[in-house]
Amino acid sequence: MIKTLKRILGYVRPYKMYLAAAIVFSFVGVLLSLFVPVFIGKGVDLIVGEGNVDFKGLLKLAAVLAATVLVSTFFQWLTALATNRLSYNTIRDIRTELFDKLNSVPLKYIDRNSKGELISRAVNDIEIISDGLLQGFTQLFSGIVTILGTLVFMLTISVKIALIVVVLTPISLFTAAKITQLSRKAFTEQSEHRGKLNGIAEEMIGNQKVVKAFSYEGRAEKSFSETNAKMAKSGVKAIFFSSMTNPTTRFVNGLIYAAVGTAGALSAIGSIGFLGKITVGQLTSFLSYSNQYTKPFNEISGVIAELQNAVTSAQRVFSVIDEPAESSDEGKEVMTECDGSLELSHVNFSYVPENPLITDFNLTVRPGQKIAIVGPTGCGKTTVINLLLRFYDINSGTIKLSGKNTQDITRSSLRSMFGMVLQDTWLFTGTVAENIAYGRPDATPEQITAAAKAAHAHSFIKRLPDGYDTYITEEGGELSQGQKQLISIARIMLTNPPVLILDEATSSIDIRTEQRVQRAFEKLMKGKTSFIIAHRLSTIKNADVILVMKSGNVIEQGSHEQLMAQNGFYAELYNSQFSAV
Amino acid sequence: MFKLRRFLKNYKKEMVLGPFFKLLEAIFELIVPLVTAKIIDVGIKNNDSVYVWKMCGVLVLLGICGLGFALTCQFFAAKCAYGFGTELRDALYRHINRFSHAEIDKFGTSSLTTRLVNDTNLAQNGVNMFIRLAVRAPFLIIGAAVMAMLLDFKLSLIFLIAAPVIAVIIVAIMKKTVPMYKKIQKNLDRISLLTRENLEGVRVIRAFSKQEKEKQEFNDASNELAENSITAGKISAILNPVTFMIMNLSIVAILWFGGKRVDAGNLSQGEITAFVNYMTQILLALVVLANLIVVFTKAASSASRINEVFETEPTLSGGTKTEFDFSAPAVECENLSFTYPGAGAESLKSISFTLKRGETLGIIGGTGSGKSTLANLIPHFYNITEGTLKIFGSNIEDYSLEFLRSSIGVVPQKAALFSGTVRENMRWAKPDATDDEIIKALKTAQAWDFVSALPDGLDTHIAQGGKNFSGGQRQRLTIARALVGEPPIVILDDSMSALDYATDFALRKALAENLKNTAVIMISQRATTLKNADSILVLDDGEMAGLGTNEQLLESCEEYQEIYNCQMK
Repeated sequence: MIKTLKRILGYVRPYKMYLAAAIVFSFVGVLLSLFVPVFIGKGVDLIVGEGNVDFKGLLKLAAVLAATVLVSTFFQWLTALATNRLSYNTIRDIRTELFDKLNSVPLKYIDRNSKGELISRAVNDIEIISDGLLQGFTQLFSGIVTILGTLVFMLTISVKIALIVVVLTPISLFTAAKITQLSRKAFTEQSEHRGKLNGIAEEMIGNQKVVKAFSYEGRAEKSFSETNAKMAKSGVKAIFFSSMTNPTTRFVNGLIYAAVGTAGALSAIGSIGFLGKITVGQLTSFLSYSNQYTKPFNEISGVIAELQNAVTSAQRVFSVIDEPAESSDEGKEVMTECDGSLELSHVNFSYVPENPLITDFNLTVRPGQKIAIVGPTGCGKTTVINLLLRFYDINSGTIKLSGKNTQDITRSSLRSMFGMVLQDTWLFTGTVAENIAYGRPDATPEQITAAAKAAHAHSFIKRLPDGYDTYITEEGGELSQGQKQLISIARIMLTNPPVLILDEATSSIDIRTEQRVQRAFEKLMKGKTSFIIAHRLSTIKNADVILVMKSGNVIEQGSHEQLMAQNGFYAELYNSQFSAV
Repeated sequence: MFKLRRFLKNYKKEMVLGPFFKLLEAIFELIVPLVTAKIIDVGIKNNDSVYVWKMCGVLVLLGICGLGFALTCQFFAAKCAYGFGTELRDALYRHINRFSHAEIDKFGTSSLTTRLVNDTNLAQNGVNMFIRLAVRAPFLIIGAAVMAMLLDFKLSLIFLIAAPVIAVIIVAIMKKTVPMYKKIQKNLDRISLLTRENLEGVRVIRAFSKQEKEKQEFNDASNELAENSITAGKISAILNPVTFMIMNLSIVAILWFGGKRVDAGNLSQGEITAFVNYMTQILLALVVLANLIVVFTKAASSASRINEVFETEPTLSGGTKTEFDFSAPAVECENLSFTYPGAGAESLKSISFTLKRGETLGIIGGTGSGKSTLANLIPHFYNITEGTLKIFGSNIEDYSLEFLRSSIGVVPQKAALFSGTVRENMRWAKPDATDDEIIKALKTAQAWDFVSALPDGLDTHIAQGGKNFSGGQRQRLTIARALVGEPPIVILDDSMSALDYATDFALRKALAENLKNTAVIMISQRATTLKNADSILVLDDGEMAGLGTNEQLLESCEEYQEIYNCQMK
């Protein structure tokens, strides 16, 4: 916990001026505000009774009081400003660093972690740090100043009455702690049930069409209603216990108020000698102190809970930031030319050491050759991409592109030699033109249109509401799968890399678009080395080499004739597809 | 919000008693400054310690009563609010379940889920706060003002000036900041969008070496968020200090003008103290009120989102018939046309075909040609627009929805499984299906091989969405799920796309062998899958482009030839 706090303080360092300002301003502001009850008390003392009011003194006092209030207000405002700048700037830095790290970690890390989880760290966890830690910090500070200041002021008025307050304070703390304890248990229970209810709602409504198809509504309602009732049971408790805090605090405050009132009054009368003597005005100040004295205690206990949340969140964020980055590319060669030849020799690779995937794999690809990758869906096209583009590093062996070991080339120059068009195309929010020009931001509109035309995408783009300036939203809902694929082909057309990795359409694309994609692929592949995730017979048969993959591993390789002669998995696949039922 | 009050009808007692007890507490709280004033004016002035002790007792008593009342109120509030929320959620879920596909499409499932879970919670919170605070805060403000007036009307004019000023400032600041917070929320949404895009597109981004551009974009968004937060913070930072200032300046005024009143003999010293106390109470109540307004605005916008759902009536209801005439054809479709609600153009035009038990109808066509739409009409998910659609001799409108749908085994395109065991998932169509029935269906769907190989077999737990199974396994499980109970009609909506050719082949063979008495509708994009169907319906842009066997279509149907040649050569 301390380590994490220290680390957060490290991020605060560039803004330490704001931190210092916040502390100083809050100190001044709080302290001045504590003088207010004293002045009010003095004012009350000047108003004794009929014909006995010291107006001269009162005027002076009113002026001092007003000045104190104004200055204190000003400093409180400055404190808030400083805290704001401090926290939002610090948070921004942490967030940016987290995002930068996500862009330099090995892909392994991103593949292995749930995306929702990582997004939640970049958004929610960082907000929690902001709320809890930084805002809490100043609240904690001003709370402590208030408590200590109030104590000092009370002590200066009357040590003995102040002691009464001090003695009674633990009651307030104790009850608050007890209530928190009670409500925490109910809250945990409630949030468990809420999680379950969320799960049911998400699952059932998310698949409402299936629910309807099976007339499952009644059963779904029953399980929803049961969980709902369970949640209500613990929820009522949770709300009730947590809502006890305020009245209970008010009650304890009331007790302290009564005690101070009585003791104060008695000492004003002078009936109990050892209490000493105070004035009515001092009693008034005392009463308002005792009113505000317990409030910071509750606030502080709230702050501490938030602080704990913030530290947990910070730990989650830091665990991402602490991930080691990809190995450095420094000093490696920048590849500028490439003939498209590839040589894989004795390649071994596995995602997890216990489960070797590719063992002693050899493949020689001459420039311009066509390699078909065949196999069931999910058979491992990702593995091919991962290794060729060095998203993952191989365990042993070598991969040579254009005669150079890919390990010795910078990642960015290596990757610029490849172009890939996958079925689950990735488009980002932005215009169609921006998406096409992704690999070459300096492309002119003419070049973009030319690329789109070459990719047979021009005609449909033209018909979009805003043509090339049509904004593609988050899920790209306006575009069909095939159209998205055409856009990403245009993207590659524009960069024109020597090696291609293409994904042929299976089923979710209509015939006409499919034909367009096919024609675009053919144009793209002319004279280039290409790897094709193949589904159609013509592509497979014409391939120079067919790689038969199954669960991430290459199990057979060779030309169509060779593989048929082997009579293995490929032959089985081939026969089953084209034999009659 | 008021439209939802019907869910409070079981909690009338709590609705009345809660605020009532709160009111009592507030009254007791208002008496405290008076008692203090008495202590000063009577006890101290007359040096009467007995009186002081008595008053001390009164203070403690007031405190105890106040606590008792407050807790009673909180209890009623919690009970009422949660009762309200629970009934609301149940009713909302029941209502959503009555929706036909048309209404579900209109809202979208994620929006419905949010409304059912988050919005009901915010509304519930609104009710809770309403009972607890809506009475207390205004009452304290008015009460304190009235008490002050009773003590001394002229001096209480200070209250009548200060309270509205504070109120105006609170409203002004909130008016200014609420739109700003909306903007900040948008900035946050963008942060999360950029992060998601970055993670999902990681391969493309790195293939193009665009990390720097991504970072720059994120940095800009992050900066904008920080700037907007600081601007909004600047304004909302005014609130607390300014209310503090106005309150204390009013106290200055009370001292000054109060001094004059005391001097003239209209007021006592203790009463001045009471005035100061009331001022503080008003301020605290105003701050609570400001927070309350935020809670209520949130609750009100949630309530209107909930009401939107309640006000949407399902456009579809079934009939009463619960019997099939098995001598009639399973599906008989004549001149059927369909337009999606709100859509301009027809999605299906004049479709006619007949399907008997034991036969298979293949439907083929491009994306958007209307294949899935047609499949969705048969279980009466949508009302047909024109023509007739008969199932086993009667119009689909005549059948009760539950009967009709449980007689049709649907395998949707998206292979959705539910959390629970394999057995539980297999019992969706038939809650009392035996293991033998389940295993038979799994065998036909080519799923028994891998299910039986699992250590827990049918008891294997399926994670939400079936994430612990591969795409192909999920598809086979959803096929099996539809086959349990041997429904007379089975619809497979492009549900073999993730299967490799060998499994696809084996599955079709098993379906042909085991479903001899079933009418099968099989939708696919692959001509090979449908080649052996008894008849194939070719759809092109919602219209029938051909109907016949593979051989007939190859001779006569141009669209079919195009598809076939494109895939087979």
